[in-house]
Amino acid sequence: MEIHQLQQIVHKTRDFRRTQTLPKYQPAERDTLIKKYHPDFRESAYRPIKFGLNEGESTVRELAALLEGDSPIPADLDLTPAYQTDVLVVGGGGAGCAAALHAHAQGATVLLATKLRLADSNTVMAQGGIQVAITNEDSPIQHFLDTLKGGHMKNDHRLLKVMVEEGPSVAKWLLDLGVLFDRDADGNLHVKKGGGSSKPRLLTCSDYTGLEIMRVLKDEVLNQKVQLLEFCAAVELLSDGHGACSGAVLRDLDNKRFVVVAAKTVILATGGIGRLHIQGFPTSNHYGATGDGLAMAYRMGAKLLQVDTFQYHPSGAVYPEQLIGALVTEGIRSEGGHLVNAKGERFVNELDTRDVVSSSIIRECEEGRGIRTMSGRIGVWLDTPLLEVEQGPGTLERHFPAMVRQYKRYAIDIAKDPVLIYPTLHYQNGGVQIDVNSESNVKNLFVAGEASGGLHGRNRLMGNSLLDLMVYGKRAGLTAAVRSKTMSHGALTLEHLTRFRTEARKHGASSDMTSPMLFPAYAKKE
Amino acid sequence: MATQDINTQSVIDQEEVLHPKMVTVEIAGKTYQVPEGITVIKALWYTGQEVIRGAGCLGGFCGACATYYRTKDDPKVRTCLACQTAVQDGMSFSMVPPFPARKAVYNMAELQDPKQDLFNLYPEAPLCRNCNACTEACPQTIDVREGVWRAVFGDFKTVSEMFMDCVMCGLCAPVCIADIAPSLVALYASRAQGVHFTEKPERLYQRIKEIEEGRYKTEWDRLLKMNEQQLKEACAELK
Repeated sequence: MEIHQLQQIVHKTRDFRRTQTLPKYQPAERDTLIKKYHPDFRESAYRPIKFGLNEGESTVRELAALLEGDSPIPADLDLTPAYQTDVLVVGGGGAGCAAALHAHAQGATVLLATKLRLADSNTVMAQGGIQVAITNEDSPIQHFLDTLKGGHMKNDHRLLKVMVEEGPSVAKWLLDLGVLFDRDADGNLHVKKGGGSSKPRLLTCSDYTGLEIMRVLKDEVLNQKVQLLEFCAAVELLSDGHGACSGAVLRDLDNKRFVVVAAKTVILATGGIGRLHIQGFPTSNHYGATGDGLAMAYRMGAKLLQVDTFQYHPSGAVYPEQLIGALVTEGIRSEGGHLVNAKGERFVNELDTRDVVSSSIIRECEEGRGIRTMSGRIGVWLDTPLLEVEQGPGTLERHFPAMVRQYKRYAIDIAKDPVLIYPTLHYQNGGVQIDVNSESNVKNLFVAGEASGGLHGRNRLMGNSLLDLMVYGKRAGLTAAVRSKTMSHGALTLEHLTRFRTEARKHGASSDMTSPMLFPAYAKKE
Repeated sequence: MATQDINTQSVIDQEEVLHPKMVTVEIAGKTYQVPEGITVIKALWYTGQEVIRGAGCLGGFCGACATYYRTKDDPKVRTCLACQTAVQDGMSFSMVPPFPARKAVYNMAELQDPKQDLFNLYPEAPLCRNCNACTEACPQTIDVREGVWRAVFGDFKTVSEMFMDCVMCGLCAPVCIADIAPSLVALYASRAQGVHFTEKPERLYQRIKEIEEGRYKTEWDRLLKMNEQQLKEACAELK
């Protein structure tokens, strides 16, 4: 059927839906819904990790294979360093840039290595905003409780307290660098309400919050003349022979050579995992989101946490084909956009947490109330024209210019027509276990941002990731810089890799996968 | 239940599925057949090319995949983001290599007169000859030329609003006959607007002070002593 015909039901039912108030699910209902429909509970997609510190723990097959995969490093690699630095930052997204800037400001020598260009990351795509409790009706305490509730009470309390308490000061840091957050008429920061939050607390730069932050941080990294190695992917960490981290081996992607870096401290800010396409899901993530940091840290002996839980963002684009997996900002739902099934009905409180909303979309589709595309996709409607009806013509163009542009390229006017969406693989809830200074159980190895775990529990709240990056990027950078002043370089060995390979052989792990994989294999062979 | 009906009726027609079709495109001078309607970056992958320089967020935000293209029989060379543009028959395209534009280095917080300092940092900025090539090159349809003039005349606020959409792809720089890199000029102006010409948000400062003074200490102490059940109850009370 022609798409406009199918969209009619959304237009027809709009006035009725506007009179409805859908309650949020009670905790028991939430649990039942999630256990039945959330991809985290699809047992066949999981298996135990065969060896290492997390042996026996269950994770998705794609990640288990990555963790058990073999390093590309030959055992006899010449470990003469090409670079010596106090702090090596791996990753050029939000956490990496924040870490590099704070470490540099402390007077440490910093080397920032990144697989793609500086700023190519998931950060640049973050549209929803950054959560900071600033209004009189709100407090860090409320922020803490909201996040805990969203994370199914599984968040690390210490990490979480630090994040919510340091939110306001990192917001100030960003403002002082020139980030242009949206304002109220009185000059105060404008706040929006995000899914799963009891109070409006999202600071935004229209729907370009991540892009604006990333542009500014990148510019500042360049202004501060932090030493950069772009198109240099870290592929292995180095150990000092006593269990501490002492550097890393990079691969220069232009000439394929290995580059050895001696570093007193290493900060992994390698981001997420979407491009592993867990359970075959499309993803909102950037090209390099292949979980490199998890694989390297695991081989080094770092403990992973909650790596069995992932976030599927409720609104990934399903149509047109060119936008598959691309994110449709949550802001639409924050401002009142309805989710509508093929029968023209709402089926969930749109501002419930991401896992609840995603699960309910999957439920609608599995029970036959989804809308199919001929290429085999399925989804539900997101009623974007509703915002124009409620708040006046031009609302979408003013508040969501990026999204308007995203669809306009394919001749779709979101002010007139609803869009089709389905959950898309968005975020790795868990990661490498860290302490409040972002350090892992491996000494001198820090992990910041999405690669780390514990803070978000089993479901991250909208707007908490940008905050995580800024707070823990800062803490990692500061701690690493201060530490590096009181120590000398350690020996450079591959002792951990030898141990890992022995264990892999013992468990009969197949080494046909090279890990980290660096990029998804999209180029067609033959 | 009407499940069956809905399933069969609710299928969106897609031209590419109804009439699957291959189209001919030219990639960096070589001819290939690719499925109609896929994005330019997917056409590169489809033809077996590994893309490292030229792939980034794949969501239209990072500007890594800046591409020149031309459509069939049209002499006009246009620009696009490869992850956001669908191929069509007869299209010819090449990814744009990084352009060595000069970025000025500055300490934003220490600038005394940022609107005047623009002329020291980017002395080429006022030399715009109004050719409008930058505006035409912008895949985000920003009025780049207007932005450069606004920056020169010190209207940093408008620049910051106009360039909020800028993905820093840099396509505006190679076409400039005055050697201006407009995206970098605009970034400077936007940051200066934020650092020097924007009101200080009092409420935020107030909150920072409250936290520093330990305003929430009692509540934290109470909260962090709670067992899981008590915490759950506290969460349930949130509205």
